[in-house]
Amino acid sequence: MALLEITNLHVALEDGTEIVKGVDLAVDTNEKHAVMGPNGSGKSTFAYALMGHPAYEITEGDIRLDGESILELGADERAQRGLFLAFQYPHAIPGVTVTSFLRSAINAKRKAANGGEDDPVPVKEFRTDLLAAMEHLKVPRELAQRYLNDGFSGGEKKRVEILQMAILKPRIAILDETDSGLDIDALRIVAEGVNTLVGADMGALVITHYQRILNYVTPDHVHVFADGRIVASGGPELAHTLEAEGYEAFIPAGVGGEAE
Amino acid sequence: MSQSETDVIREIRADYGYGWHVDDVSTIYKAPKGLSHELIDVISDHKSEPDWMRAFRHKSLDYFLARPMPGWGADLSGIDFDNIHYYVKPTEKQADKWEDLPAEILDTWDRLGIPEAEKKYLAGVGAQYESEVVYHKLQEDLEAKGVIFLDMDSGLREHEELVKEHFATIIPQNDNKFAALNSAVWSGGSFIYVPPGVSIDMPLQAYFRINAENMGQFERTLIIVDEDAYVHYVEGCTAPIYSSDSLHSAVVEIIVKPRGRCRYTTIQNWSNNVYNLVTKRAVAFEDATMEWVDGNLGSKVTMKYPAIWLMGERAHGEVLSIAFAGKGQHQDAGGKVVHVAKDTTSVITSKSISKNGGRGGYRGLLEVAKGASRSKSKVVCDALILDEESRSDTYPYIDVKENDVDLGHEATVSKIGEEQLFYLMSRGLSEAEASAMIVAGFVEPITKELPLEYAVEMNRLIQLQMEGSVG
Repeated sequence: MALLEITNLHVALEDGTEIVKGVDLAVDTNEKHAVMGPNGSGKSTFAYALMGHPAYEITEGDIRLDGESILELGADERAQRGLFLAFQYPHAIPGVTVTSFLRSAINAKRKAANGGEDDPVPVKEFRTDLLAAMEHLKVPRELAQRYLNDGFSGGEKKRVEILQMAILKPRIAILDETDSGLDIDALRIVAEGVNTLVGADMGALVITHYQRILNYVTPDHVHVFADGRIVASGGPELAHTLEAEGYEAFIPAGVGGEAE
Repeated sequence: MSQSETDVIREIRADYGYGWHVDDVSTIYKAPKGLSHELIDVISDHKSEPDWMRAFRHKSLDYFLARPMPGWGADLSGIDFDNIHYYVKPTEKQADKWEDLPAEILDTWDRLGIPEAEKKYLAGVGAQYESEVVYHKLQEDLEAKGVIFLDMDSGLREHEELVKEHFATIIPQNDNKFAALNSAVWSGGSFIYVPPGVSIDMPLQAYFRINAENMGQFERTLIIVDEDAYVHYVEGCTAPIYSSDSLHSAVVEIIVKPRGRCRYTTIQNWSNNVYNLVTKRAVAFEDATMEWVDGNLGSKVTMKYPAIWLMGERAHGEVLSIAFAGKGQHQDAGGKVVHVAKDTTSVITSKSISKNGGRGGYRGLLEVAKGASRSKSKVVCDALILDEESRSDTYPYIDVKENDVDLGHEATVSKIGEEQLFYLMSRGLSEAEASAMIVAGFVEPITKELPLEYAVEMNRLIQLQMEGSVG
């Protein structure tokens, strides 16, 4: 049994439009999965639905973590059980510094792990971990005291997403187009972060439009996503085939993209 | 009281940590309900006041009775002036040691954490219970430097000339209906004088507690900051929850002399059955600075617009205002700045939050008098509305009679977005925690101005308001 099991997942918008049309996927710790697809194929909806976004309705199928369905859980409970989503467009929270946000997030997880009783992270431990992670991910020190994503450049936002992942130590990390809008240096750092974290305690699902990030994060499994379905799966070589031949070869004739 | 009313009160009590009251507190004197000239004499007799003050009170009552209720702002029709005790004297004499207080009153202060706070970070404390300040203490080294920090009644007794010279000069007795009421029946409050060049590093704090039902509390505060002096005064207030309403109507006058600086911080957390109608005004002379930091979290209705008159050149004024309106609350808050002299500067920052049907808002006046050239002012008012039932209003009046000025005004209204909440919840925060975090961030420009202990307290109170009922 894989840690995260997705079976026959169908996701619809509030108006009933079906975006994800039956996806099967299993992700375990120590695995890097890449989900590649053209714009409008439903990749981001898939990612949001996994995390429990209230605007997307699961109409069929199941998502299981540790063999247990998490469909009834809110995003907070999914996070507390070890799911993480790095956002394509992280939201700004004015007035809340990166540091105080991270401390609150860690404490929320610790509280859940402690049966609902507060169990705040010791100040020194938090500081040491944070500084080490920032150093490793080359996040400038001053960013820790700035308001979360408020006035951040695209690259800063993505780095801070990866910083959150490093600090919160999820078991399954979903990265939604984390590579978009990054210059090559930032991309390298983000990829390095993913490579370091994936291991015995974490698996990753990297959702992307481009093959580029996969030069730095070598996936164990590549899935081609089109029109709300996985239309092909394979090893890392599939990514290269995609790059050489384009998505067209994998998309059945007459199927267009839809809004994500 | 009907069953459903009891349930509502129980529910509110559960969310408000200060809603308990102490039964059977012995009182020295409790005036019968209602307002009259006889009552004025009773109050004046109890206080053995000079004749001029007695006459001032009688005249003020006439003004109060003659004035109509304000025809603007919040709905005040629920106030029943005949159903209020205007004067309640809880103890025979003021204590300067906590242990000298009657046990049930000391217990109240302990539960509010005042003696503990005094030990840790305050330079002086005044604690008012009903109509009188029952405990008062100033650090000895400040006393030696000539600082006066007394309750207003003692101030009048011990420094009559100084009080007489300034009392009601900033807020005349007929300024508005509620200032007239306070002038008639005032009792307690603080009298502060900081001599030239004396800077008081730690805050002076006054704490106001209402315990009795149908109580009216009318403290009167006068602060004089002399040249090159500095003081930070902090007031906090709470009351029990009753099914009938109480009234709190204070008058606060502040004089900041050249190069002096005064900061006045309020953390208002009255229970949701208190009408809080307060007049606060300061004058700042040459190169002086006046700052109002005004946090309004409690009360049923608050109408309060701390004002600053910039009388001397280069004087600077700031009003930082937070108003949080929850279920059944109307916070009509704001600020006023009048630029009278040249080169004066001011900043008004207002943050209002409304939730669960609460109504928040900003009502402000920025006035620049003829001749106040090169004045600069910036007004920022932001509203955060947490749900569809809640409301926020902004009334920014600007009256400029001088051409050579630099004024800026920004206003925003925002709602907590589903996407912002989802982002925070995807990191493990509950919906309540996520909303509280967004709100704490929203008011951060103001809480960061507070000393740490008060910032923590303010954030804790906001958290409590947020947890109250998420829905």
